[in-house]
This record gives sequence, structure tokens and C-alpha cells, in this order.
Amino acid sequence: MREIENVMDPMLPAPYRIQRVLREIADTFTLELEPVNSAALPPFASGQFNMLYVFGIGEIPISISGDPVRRELLVHTTRAVGTVSRAMGDLKAGDVIGVRGPFGSSWPLEQATGKDVVIVAGGIGLAPLRSTMYQITAQRERYEKVVLLYGARTPKDILYRRELEQWRAHLDLDVFVTVDHATKGWRGSVGVVPRLIPRAPFDPSNTIALVCGPEIMMRFTIAELERRGIAAEHIFISMERNMKCAVGFCGHCQFGDHFVCKDGPVFQYSQVRDLLVTWEV
Amino acid sequence: MQTLEALLTDHPFFQGLKPEHIQFIAGCGKNARFDAGTYLLREGEAAADFYIIQHGKVALEVLAAQRGRISIETIEAGEVLGWSWLFPPYRWHFSARAVEPVRAIVLDGACLRRKCDVDHDLGYELTQRVAHILMQRLQATRLQLLDVYNVQKQGRA
Repeated sequence: MREIENVMDPMLPAPYRIQRVLREIADTFTLELEPVNSAALPPFASGQFNMLYVFGIGEIPISISGDPVRRELLVHTTRAVGTVSRAMGDLKAGDVIGVRGPFGSSWPLEQATGKDVVIVAGGIGLAPLRSTMYQITAQRERYEKVVLLYGARTPKDILYRRELEQWRAHLDLDVFVTVDHATKGWRGSVGVVPRLIPRAPFDPSNTIALVCGPEIMMRFTIAELERRGIAAEHIFISMERNMKCAVGFCGHCQFGDHFVCKDGPVFQYSQVRDLLVTWEV
Repeated sequence: MQTLEALLTDHPFFQGLKPEHIQFIAGCGKNARFDAGTYLLREGEAAADFYIIQHGKVALEVLAAQRGRISIETIEAGEVLGWSWLFPPYRWHFSARAVEPVRAIVLDGACLRRKCDVDHDLGYELTQRVAHILMQRLQATRLQLLDVYNVQKQGRA
């Protein structure tokens, strides 16, 4: 009986209080959360997600964008684009939100040890990879070259601009940023993020690539990574599907033989290559 | 100081090209520098040259009514600029401005065409390489047109 009491029910949200709401860019915000009962934050790995519940409105999956090493607060960044995420965007410091998780697979940073790491992010796809950047920069000696390629829609849509500038200032990180559509005064690169891949300094025979962004952007990115010579087994992507239960019961996020919530969201590209181009999935 | 042949050999566009072809091509080339803000080429003008970018960043621009100068793409070190020298009527479709100081090898387009007419193997190699660049830029343009980060085009919870 005692054993049962100690097991967390994965379907039961824990109450978390919002410590701070950061307005990142026009429609994107970050929530910093702390458990209401002062319990320790559950451990998580970069790439995993939580189910965030706005009471009375609904629950959505959101990747963890905070630091997996320091783990002072639970941090999530999302865009206000639907009923739940808009309601979440209206919440303020002091409000309480429900949290289930963490769930799912993580970026393979163990496997990347001793290798070059190429991180390719598009739009809000940088959020789950920010956790990875925190971890990599905290353990920089474990990796060879570290390259971050980031694409945003316009200069005003660049997420985590301050951190991108800080990482770019590191002598042992290569950070490239591009925008799909330039605005007046932008002096940086213009063009889609896959265009950065031929310019990036890494050894394709000893590289792990981590990719997150809209699915079409990931497909074009993978094509360019493969053209550079990275094997499909060394490319990892983060998939997004309609996740509900988050533990592989409900089937909402079924993707071929996989459940994105349980087997993903991070997949080795070779596992899902055929599914990515199957229209019926 | 490296010779033009050595610089061309090191450039990704010419990777794997036979030394005699590199030597042939170098005969059409010269080194050039462009200050930030200067135009390498302008829309509508004769497309005379092929630019092998060694250093710096170039913005491809088009002038749109009421929007002014729009930068549609940047071409950077290790890449090439301009293919209109290869196809009639040999006119530029866009303008190209140095965003930062640029070092390039400028190859005379008419000279390259003459050499390709003389040596069809070289012509095939160059055409294939330009076609590859065209394919890459076309794919990139298609992705750009899809506007994948536009939230209005996505259904989310």
C-alpha cells in the first residue's frame, strides 16, 4: 500500500505557481514555475516536455526550455496561438497552473560526447534546444565543435536574442542566425536556415545533428545535412503531434508505429524517415 | 599571396575540378574588393561577370514600389554570385550590394562562355555546378515562400 502511495499518478497535474512571465517576442512568452508545495523539481532531460494545464480551459504539451543542470525553476516558452496557449499567455505571476511530466525522449547528448554538435532550430524550435545549449555550455569540454544555426521569420521574431548574442560571443561556439524575410536595417544573413548548413564549420563524419522546428523546415534541413555527409543515424529531430495523455494510452499522437509522446518527441531520423514523407500518417 | 588558381582550387564551387580546367578558368579572372555599401551589380545591367566570394557578405536586393530596397537573400564567403552571365539575354535580374567588405574573384562571363565552347568537358562541369546552385537556391526559395514560421498558417492548441 505504501508503495502505491509513493508512485506519482502521471495523469494527475501537480500545482505550480508562476514566479515570472517573460514576454519574449510579440506572441511568445516564457513561464517560470515553482511547485506550490515547495517540493523539489522533478529531474528532466533537454528535449522532454510537460503537459501544462490552464484550469478550466485545457491542457497542452510544451517543451521544457530551462536549464536541466541548475534546475532552479521549471521553464517553458510557448506561442499564444490557440485557446489554451492564449489563456496561458493571460496568466500572471502568482497564478497557479497544473503540470504533468516530464515526458518523452531527450536529445542524445551522451552519444554526442567527443563529437561535433550541430544544432539547427527554426522559430520557436529554439525553445527545447535552449535547454540543450545550457547543458552543452555547462559541460563544454565534452564536445568538439558546437554550432548553432537559427532561423527566424523576421528580425523581430528572433527568440532569446540576448542569449544568442551571449553564445555568439563565446570563442568556442559558432552561432549563425538568419531570417527568412529581412526588414530595413537588418545587416545579418537573409535566407532559410538550411542555407546556413554549407557554411557551418563541422566534420560531417563525426557530427551529431539536433533539429527542431516546423516539420517542413526539418525536412529541408535534413536534406542539406545529408548532402554535407551526416548519416541519418546521427541526425535527431523533435516531432510535434496532438498529444493528450502523454503516456502512450490514448493514441492521439500516433505516428506510424510510434507514439510521439512516449517514443518521442526526439527521434533518430532513420527511425521516422519514411513516415516524414508519408502523407497518410 | 596566393595565385588565382590556388584561390579557385580552394573555393567549394570548384572543388574536384581538374587542374587544367582551373588554370583555364583563372585566365578569365581577377581579384576584386568591394567596400561595404557598394554595389557589385545592378538589376537590368549587362550580366558580365561571375563572382566567386572569398570573404564577406553580399545582399541580393530588389526595389519594390512603396517598400523600397528589399534584401531577399545573402550570399556569403564560400559561395558564388550571379548566373545570368551564362544565359541570354545576359542581364541581371537583381542587384547585389556588399553588406560588409567583400573580397571576390571576378570571372569574365564572356571569356568563360568562349572557353566552354572550346572545351565541352569544362562547359559540362561548369553548367552542372551552376545547375546544382540553381537547385539549392530554388529549394531554399520554395521553403522561404512557404513562410513556415507564420503562426496564421498553423493550427495549434
